[in-house]
Amino acid sequence: MKSKWWLISLLICLAVACLSPLASSSPDGLERVAEDRGFLELGQDAPYQVIADYVFPGIANEALATILAGIVGTLVLFGAAYGLAWLLTLKKRQLA
Amino acid sequence: MHIPDGFLNVATLATTAAVSAGGIGGAVRIVGKKLGEKQVPLMGILAAFIFAAQMLNFPIAGGTSGHVIGAALAAILLGPWAAVLIMACVLIAQSLIFQDGGLLALGANIFNMGIVASFSAYYIYKLVTWLAGNTRKGTLVGGFAAAWVSVFLASIFCAVELAVSGSSPLGVVLPAMAGVHALIGIGEGLITTAVLSLVLATRADLLQLQRI
Repeated sequence: MKSKWWLISLLICLAVACLSPLASSSPDGLERVAEDRGFLELGQDAPYQVIADYVFPGIANEALATILAGIVGTLVLFGAAYGLAWLLTLKKRQLA
Repeated sequence: MHIPDGFLNVATLATTAAVSAGGIGGAVRIVGKKLGEKQVPLMGILAAFIFAAQMLNFPIAGGTSGHVIGAALAAILLGPWAAVLIMACVLIAQSLIFQDGGLLALGANIFNMGIVASFSAYYIYKLVTWLAGNTRKGTLVGGFAAAWVSVFLASIFCAVELAVSGSSPLGVVLPAMAGVHALIGIGEGLITTAVLSLVLATRADLLQLQRI
């Protein structure tokens, strides 16, 4: 029952990621302020790109590329934070 | 509110990086000591949810959008130190994989959206639930207030960093950032409250765990 809760939660997260093509493409708060106050051009692009701007590279359909980027990121973060928490509490569990 | 590289000067980058590194170090130590078995998968779920939810920019006034930070939700469910660790995971992945937020500005972004947002949310939530009682209503009102304050305060710190770096004068950037994020904070409050009511309906026991 409890393990089911985590699975359902992760599925909800993936469903949320699948809504990402519906997101507003307007600049966010900081970008808007930077644009209006004339310091946006100070920003520098990253020296390399992996899944830049949440668009999975090499996919023609932009909505699909965004969803794929969202799913990859959601799974990576689930794994990373779960794994980190598991590792950090390893010693405590061995003592118990 | 992800700061790209180029907006902050070296002194501000170095200071925020040092504070964030110290904060993450403290979080690693405290989480390792105190995190309960039930909370391990919740760390993963919250990081996944916050990443996905941050992709959903919602429109606010005047051709501007906002997205949740998520630190308030993490701080309410797990506590501020665990929230700092979750936010650090999200922000590092966003910078390294998705080129959202500068690599050099990572320390500043973890400081604003991780440390400032998590701790402010946690103490506001504690204050409201102490005043309103540990009831459903207290949890939801506290969640909304914590979420709003976390976004507002993070934007204030962001504005101060931009001003100190000489990107924009404080008198200009502070009211601009605070004004926009006062609106975005309402979105953060609504989403945090919605998730908390879902948790209350399905796994209310999670809100009774020790927060770290």
